[in-house]
Amino acid sequence: MGIDLPLVWAVIILFGVMMYVVMDGFDLGIGLLYPFFTDRTDRDVMMNTVAPVWDGNETWLVLGGAGLLAAFPLAYAVVLSAFYLPLILMLLGLIFRGVAFEFRFKADDVHRHLWDKAFIGGSLAATFFQGVTLGGYIQGIEVVDRAYAGGAFDWLAPFPLFVGAGLVVTYALLGSTWLIVKTQGALQARMIAIARPLTWILLAVIVAISVWTPLAREDIAQRWFTWPHLLWFAPVPLLVALTAWQLLQRLRRAPDVAPFVLTLFLVFLGYSGLGISLWPNIVPPGITIWEAAAPPQSMGFTLVGALLIIPLILMYTAWGYYVFRGKVDETQGYH
Amino acid sequence: MGDLDALLLARIQFAFTISFHIVFPAITIGLASYLVVLEGQWLRTRREVFRDLYHFWSKIFAVNFAMGVVSGIVMAYQFGTNWSYFSDFAGGVTGPLLAYEVLTAFFLEAGFLGVMLFGWTRVGPGLHFLATVMVAAGTLLSATWILASNSWMQTPAGYEIIDGRVVPTDWIAVILNPSFPYRLVHMGIAAFLATALIVGASGAWHLLRGRDTLAIRKMLSMAMWMLLFVAPLQALVGDFHGLNTLEHQPAKLAAMEGHWENKPGEGVPLTLFGWPDMEREETRFAVDIPRLGSLILTHSWDGQFPGLKEFPREDRPNSTIVFWSFRIMVGLGFLMIALGLWALGARWRGNMFRSRALLRFTLWMGPTGLVAMLAGWFTTEIGRQPWLVYNVMRTADGVSSHGAGQLTTTLALFVVVYFVVFGAGTVYLLRLIGHGPVTHEGTEPVPGGPGRPRTPARPLSAAPEAADDIAATRSGG
Repeated sequence: MGIDLPLVWAVIILFGVMMYVVMDGFDLGIGLLYPFFTDRTDRDVMMNTVAPVWDGNETWLVLGGAGLLAAFPLAYAVVLSAFYLPLILMLLGLIFRGVAFEFRFKADDVHRHLWDKAFIGGSLAATFFQGVTLGGYIQGIEVVDRAYAGGAFDWLAPFPLFVGAGLVVTYALLGSTWLIVKTQGALQARMIAIARPLTWILLAVIVAISVWTPLAREDIAQRWFTWPHLLWFAPVPLLVALTAWQLLQRLRRAPDVAPFVLTLFLVFLGYSGLGISLWPNIVPPGITIWEAAAPPQSMGFTLVGALLIIPLILMYTAWGYYVFRGKVDETQGYH
Repeated sequence: MGDLDALLLARIQFAFTISFHIVFPAITIGLASYLVVLEGQWLRTRREVFRDLYHFWSKIFAVNFAMGVVSGIVMAYQFGTNWSYFSDFAGGVTGPLLAYEVLTAFFLEAGFLGVMLFGWTRVGPGLHFLATVMVAAGTLLSATWILASNSWMQTPAGYEIIDGRVVPTDWIAVILNPSFPYRLVHMGIAAFLATALIVGASGAWHLLRGRDTLAIRKMLSMAMWMLLFVAPLQALVGDFHGLNTLEHQPAKLAAMEGHWENKPGEGVPLTLFGWPDMEREETRFAVDIPRLGSLILTHSWDGQFPGLKEFPREDRPNSTIVFWSFRIMVGLGFLMIALGLWALGARWRGNMFRSRALLRFTLWMGPTGLVAMLAGWFTTEIGRQPWLVYNVMRTADGVSSHGAGQLTTTLALFVVVYFVVFGAGTVYLLRLIGHGPVTHEGTEPVPGGPGRPRTPARPLSAAPEAADDIAATRSGG
């Protein structure tokens, strides 16, 4: 075997998950910010800034699920059954939210507030339970004989719940900085006012998770704090500090694309930190990508289609964002 | 006993979510091909009625497609959340097939759906027609992947079991497994029939309300031609599918027929009705037609096929359910054939568009294509029990080890959310159908679509916003 198929697939799935977080994060964030903006026009504008792209963003979630089953069936089986309840709640949240997106614009004035609530609730549930799942994942999954051996409510612990709240903050910041890019005037000013405290809270969350994780997990502490790892990985926390500082600076200046890009970079750094902590395990703490891999015949067969079609989806996505560039205001309707 | 309850709950949950889901893709498959016919006819004949019908049904297609996508997200995760042992065991085969289905669907969406829904006035007619054809081909290709996966679970082939896990050794054999061709054709036709019945019922509904336009007559007429030829064809395909089942899954067939044992040298009767009793190992209150079972299934006067008693108790599917689900499917199939013939007669006499009895029957037959399709799926899936992968893995060994409490909670949530969400979607769909086709539609560009700034590019957006808009379009057109 010339190619390390599990490695190739791990990269594809890591890429897919990151694409999901990067692209769906800000539009979930808009739902999280909705409660603070009760004006109908503001809400219309906010939703219009993501209306053309949000469903393409969720493409990556489905692709991630199917790709995981094809390439790492053991990980798919264990992780998904371990987080049964949070994942189902997340999916139901996404369903509610997706349909609210459509029907809010089709509803009359009497029913619109119901779809607004569905949008808020769906966004919050989807984000929070994604975070809970992530937290539970970092915390580690108990596996016996290739199957989940923990309880139904193992995720109902301080750390996963904290990560769930942390992700709500993260997506809210992504949403507000996205809206700084896409809006102007009073709405933009309010977004800037919200983004600043959110940045501080997110920083606190990052610090808390960075301290909590190695304290809770010996192996992760080993990974980060032994020489020479310490040297290699030091750029990550340093870059986090630098990025956050830049972010706060840029929020003070004339608003532009920078806060959004910097927040994305912050998310990317967090994601890298996670990768460093867990690699090469796909089911922490003990199952590696090679142990969870599907037979090479399965990985190879699927790889052909993935390599043909994923670039196409990327090009189409990029084009979609390109035509959608620029500001959105209340004069530009949904249709 | 607690485990058994959890297993049953997990099965109900899967049945519920997939039954809800399958309805939308089935209509997607049928409508996509119908749209190809409509656009082809429009390009060939330049008769405006085809163009008007194309625009009318493409809006319904769009909403329906969106419902299919939303309900499909759950399916991509359920194999892991609820059937983790199965996913670990057989993911090497079912995973790639599912992944290809997802890739096919996204390829479709990325490539051609936007052109099809928003490109009527923006690209040339040839390119637009190509987009419609590609979308239709894509829906069939998607179905092919899913049915390959399901058929492999029914009649597994092309694999080895190494270290307790399925390893595909021959992908051609995996995909073209013994029951796959029959199931693919049977399901494909079922989707076409279900769609034709919905199209026909829509036409009948408008005609019954006195909205007698050329487009409405045309859609009823096309649907009735479809039924006339395809409903009998489906019966024939179903017969072949049954023979294939007899060969590969004899226990399923015995359960479908409520057939318990053979009497030496005697043909098997066909039990028209009865109540197969799993405990008493007999079909009570049976109404039999002597030797007809032999004739249908072995094509001989006194041929025999295995009865349920030849299988150990623990290997028998529930005959009570599949006996009846099978009969519901077949009975509705006969009604569809009857409708096709009745319409032919009425067409002959020249009163197909006026006979209120026929129109009312057509209206009531509207949902039966979907009901028959679900009954067929219940038959084949419950008939596969107790196996998840036939003769390889039992359903009880494939299910995740969640407790009954968890499963009850999530099932209740699914039921509530699905009825609210897809209920709203279905109401909206019916409302769209209720507005009927509009003449001279499609001469103006559809607002929105990929490549248009600040307008959505999603399928649902191809449908109008609210009832007022539709009314405006109507009076404007």
